Amino acid sequence: MDQIENPAKAPKPVVTRKLDKFFLTLYEITGFISRFFKEAFLPPFEFKETIRQCYQVGYRSLALITMTGFITGLVFTKQSRPSLENFGAVSWLPGLISIAIVRALAPLVTALIAAGKVGSNIGAELGSMKVTEQIDAMEVSATNPFKFLVVTRVLATTFMIPILAMYTGFVGLIGSFINVNQNEQTSLATFFEGVFSSISFLDIFSSLIKSILFGFTIGIVGCYQGYHSEKGTEGVGKAANTAVVASMFLIFIEETIVVQIVAAIR
Amino acid sequence: MKEHVSHNIDRGEVVIHVRNLIKSFGDMHVLRGIDLDLFKRENLVVLGRSGTGKSVLIKIISGLLKQDSGIVDVLGEDVNSLRGRDLDQLRLKIGFSFQNSALYDSMTIRKNLEFPLVRNMRNLTRTEINRSVESVLDAVGLLQSINQMPSELSGGQRKRIGIARTLILRPEIMLYDEPTAGLDPITCIEINNLINQVQEQYHTSSIIITHDLTCARQTGDRIVMLLDGQFKRQGTFDEVFDTDDERVKTFYNYNFLNNEQI
Repeated sequence: MDQIENPAKAPKPVVTRKLDKFFLTLYEITGFISRFFKEAFLPPFEFKETIRQCYQVGYRSLALITMTGFITGLVFTKQSRPSLENFGAVSWLPGLISIAIVRALAPLVTALIAAGKVGSNIGAELGSMKVTEQIDAMEVSATNPFKFLVVTRVLATTFMIPILAMYTGFVGLIGSFINVNQNEQTSLATFFEGVFSSISFLDIFSSLIKSILFGFTIGIVGCYQGYHSEKGTEGVGKAANTAVVASMFLIFIEETIVVQIVAAIR
Repeated sequence: MKEHVSHNIDRGEVVIHVRNLIKSFGDMHVLRGIDLDLFKRENLVVLGRSGTGKSVLIKIISGLLKQDSGIVDVLGEDVNSLRGRDLDQLRLKIGFSFQNSALYDSMTIRKNLEFPLVRNMRNLTRTEINRSVESVLDAVGLLQSINQMPSELSGGQRKRIGIARTLILRPEIMLYDEPTAGLDPITCIEINNLINQVQEQYHTSSIIITHDLTCARQTGDRIVMLLDGQFKRQGTFDEVFDTDDERVKTFYNYNFLNNEQI
């Protein structure tokens, strides 16, 4: 192998190279997402593997999500009380907490936890499969690795994150109820009456849409990073790390956009 | 030296036909006009130093990489023009044994072997699947490892399982990428014997990519040597190394003589 050098070919400036890389990556990601939609709707369907991935994403994250959701509800209620007490408006707590949890906290906390736990796991697993040629091995044995590895995982995160977000919301409200009940001796029925009277269909719907979007983002970013991992074990670590950082960054951007759209609708 | 099989090679039937194959990665010109014919039931060894493009060659043959130009016909099909199911149909006839075995870490050996079978032969019964798995594991001498995880196996055992996984689809062609890399000398000989056994038992035609001359001598019916992106030497083991070419002599010396001198 010879390295043929062209002396007339001057190296590009750093900014140009970075811009080139950015647009190239953007092009690749667009291609990756289009391929996902194409492969997701074409048979054969990997039902069994999708269900296994749903189990991995959902059930395996349950303990962490339960703890985080409960603490979020409990602490948020405790921290909000003094401000409302100053105005003699403690009775508004269930309404305030429900709006905060349903509209923002439940989908956001679930997505951030899942980006850390599930996104990094997907990035590392696919990255390791890529560098050890397991993905190539699938391809040469006439199995579509994209369908088996990527489509199943993205579908699993897209299905499971909304379910987990609903669960987080419920657990968060229970945490909040415990705090309210301790301080004001409010009954469960009264607490949830306050909760449901404050939230609208649009709150639940926008929260669901956000969770679906977050789930898709976590899956596609994790899979993209893992699937395109290179440079051996160093690349696997980088894939896992980038999957988490990029997912979290995109989740916050999506949150901002959806909030703006919902506010405009409201 | 390989002592058998050569009489079974059908020199009239070419299973892999490569002409003027060129492949570059950026400014790196890896393959510069490769011509190759693999005959039916022949073991062809491609020798060369690391990084000379040997693995690239078999990845192009199996459709994992695309060539820049040139013809690659496998079992009469132009690999470059095949897509989707047509390419998959061809791949069912090609077994690829990877350098690092590429076993699926999250699956047991049984699941690893079942994986290509259940995906490509969907109407098989559980009994037939079990029988196929046990048969190929028996062929590579590792039936007792059926319920183990890949991480519990040694390097040599992983290689054997990797070969078994390709054999389960009864391929007509086997592509071995560095089958003895990273193994101790005794295990290397066992793998070489297994390659010959596969050729005998499954009537396969094989390309064996290696830089290990013991492997080349024990398994190759014919040997080609890749130098500067082209096949410079071709023939039996003795014919290839009967030369004054310094690069070829150095390669030979480092494999066979320098063990004592280093």
